[in-house]
Amino acid sequence: MKTSIEKSMLIADLQHQILQWQGFKQVERKETGLGLGTLERAFPGNVFPMGTLHEFISDNKEEEAASSGFLAGLLSFLMKKDGVALWISSSDQPFAPAMTYFGLEPERIIFVQMQKQVDILWALEEGLKCTAVKVVVAELQEINFVQSRRLQLVVEKSRVTGLLLRLQPRMLGATTCAARWHIRTQMSHVEGDMPGVGFPTWKVELLKVKNGQSSCWQLAWTPRGLQVEQLKAERTASSSKRKVG
Amino acid sequence: MGKRYAVLWLPFLLTDWYTRRHPDCADEPFVFTVPVRGRMSVSAVNPRAAQSGIVPEMLLADARAAVPHLKVLPDKPARKAKLLQAIGLWCIRYTPIVAVDATGCLILDISGCAHLWGGEAAYLQEIDRQLRQRGYDLRSAIASTIGAAWAIARYGPSGAIVPEGGQEKAVSLLPVACLRLESSLIEKLLKLGLRTVGNVTGMPDRVLKRRFGNEFVQRLAQTIGKEEEFMSPLKPVLPYTERLPCLEPIKTAKGIEIAVEKLLETLCQRLAGEQKGLRKAKLTYYRIDGKTGAVEIGTSRASAHVQHLLVLFRQRIGNITPGWGIEVFVLEALKVEEAIPTQELLWSGEGSLENAALAELLDRFKGRDVHCRIRRFLPDEHYWPERSIKLATSLTEKRTTTWRTDRPRPTRLLNPPHPIEVTAPIPDYPPMLFRYKGEVHLIKKADGPERIERAWWIEQGEHRDYYYVEDDQGRRYWLFRLGHYQGDRSANWYLHGFFA
Repeated sequence: MKTSIEKSMLIADLQHQILQWQGFKQVERKETGLGLGTLERAFPGNVFPMGTLHEFISDNKEEEAASSGFLAGLLSFLMKKDGVALWISSSDQPFAPAMTYFGLEPERIIFVQMQKQVDILWALEEGLKCTAVKVVVAELQEINFVQSRRLQLVVEKSRVTGLLLRLQPRMLGATTCAARWHIRTQMSHVEGDMPGVGFPTWKVELLKVKNGQSSCWQLAWTPRGLQVEQLKAERTASSSKRKVG
Repeated sequence: MGKRYAVLWLPFLLTDWYTRRHPDCADEPFVFTVPVRGRMSVSAVNPRAAQSGIVPEMLLADARAAVPHLKVLPDKPARKAKLLQAIGLWCIRYTPIVAVDATGCLILDISGCAHLWGGEAAYLQEIDRQLRQRGYDLRSAIASTIGAAWAIARYGPSGAIVPEGGQEKAVSLLPVACLRLESSLIEKLLKLGLRTVGNVTGMPDRVLKRRFGNEFVQRLAQTIGKEEEFMSPLKPVLPYTERLPCLEPIKTAKGIEIAVEKLLETLCQRLAGEQKGLRKAKLTYYRIDGKTGAVEIGTSRASAHVQHLLVLFRQRIGNITPGWGIEVFVLEALKVEEAIPTQELLWSGEGSLENAALAELLDRFKGRDVHCRIRRFLPDEHYWPERSIKLATSLTEKRTTTWRTDRPRPTRLLNPPHPIEVTAPIPDYPPMLFRYKGEVHLIKKADGPERIERAWWIEQGEHRDYYYVEDDQGRRYWLFRLGHYQGDRSANWYLHGFFA
């Protein structure tokens, strides 16, 4: 008689085999989750893919600020106790003191400001090559498939995570990124209609996931961490479910 | 091996310089003049004028009397010194230590340099040939003391080389003026019948000191080599300098790279041996057409890593213009610091800010884009938002205070704050709506005000009342009003940031 644990292990094993047949070789079974909870269930093997590229779309200044907050929260999970992150941007940069709210020590981030988009791409690639860095965040407008594939080859070797914050992109073409996110601000929720502004609340949309399921959540960042406000996890239209990349 | 010096005297420096620029003047006598005590005095003569008996420090009227068709040019006070210095700097290709003395001679410390040109005779001939090719007349000499070389350059046969220890014999027949003395002292010596150096060398120091003073004895001792003489070089010699003369002129990027690597290898070996590292280095190149240029690199922490420094220089090679070719490379370490000893065997410090690979990565960023800003922020004890962070001076600097988390702060700060139009009900209530870039935002939720005063010991001005607001679409902003409400003017409202 099989216990439920054995059953779930069997299911996980089968899922892993299916992923391998689909040609997805990145996920290693040993890898454990980051503790992101429901967010991780959208990814293959229920593991947030590290050592790859993630793309964050933001259409205006407000979304840019929301994405910065979400990224800061994500960085605090990715960097844990030690590690250094690079934040490469062109004009204005995130305001460092705000990052402490998302559980991140701002002094462990090195902010790099470069003028040209070409230089930012170059710096991103150099940063991803360097194993002394754990995460590289780059603010870019455009990136095409060839450029992203070049970066993908780099991260496969170095296992550094790259997060691309795309500010007001004109074209959303195919890239080799493992996931494409879109973060929008949402009305915050305050207990019992008390006055004041509540915790930062976002509508986090996972537009594309490699070998995973695109999803949508309403999340709030509370002092206890990331909390799902109303678990929608609605499967978006089946057309966007096909394999990406 | 003892010291060796070469002294170069350019007797017609100013006029040769003028003839170079105006070749048609070569055959006519001309002089430069300066006003001295209300009279025009000759300051420099060209060879043709010198043949007619005109000498420097002669009065212009006398010179005109001797040569009626004399061409007269005005002289500038610092021109000669400037020219001499320029030629001195040009001479650095032959030796790193070059000095200019008060009498208008160039002194080259050639110890250990001459063999690179195949001996002292060939060395002096090369300098002679190069300067003559550029149109400068030259008298030169090499000796073991500055005094002896100077004496022979001025009063002896040109191009003479005095062997080590032979300076006393070499100068014994020269006139006493070759000892670099004041004119009054020379007159006194001549009056006493002491015409050559040989006449005085035999006398005891005690006697000479009593009659001619301390300076005379010192000059004599310096010339003969009994006392050491010091010179102040035009360019102070840096303790960490490497030079690389090339057999063939180098024009290609690959060639320059190999040269830089060779220089770096020797320099870094020395630095590593002394547990030091580079912070700033300069590569100077001397082209065969006489032009020079330089490129500089900087590192964010002391480094003696050849490969890394080579990468930084490789980014700069594009800025080097070799022209017809480069003959000498000089690598200087402008700034050297104590290197932090690395513990590569125990653990590489991966993932920490002390990692050398991280510092090298940032150096490459700086090398690619000079205007690139690499910053790390630390908390500062100020309430004023713009001052609540300060820049870390180094990668390893630790914070001295904690980050404040009790007040909400926007993830994106607008710098400078953007003026907006606001409708607020009554003073000190949060606004109802605001207009930013043509869009009206209806405010649904608000926190505040949080009053932040200016630090009066830093600047004067009005305080700010901050509100953390959320509009009907869930977008969160940080607004502030500058100063108090006043009856006669509308309040100044600003948007200062976007919240996550």
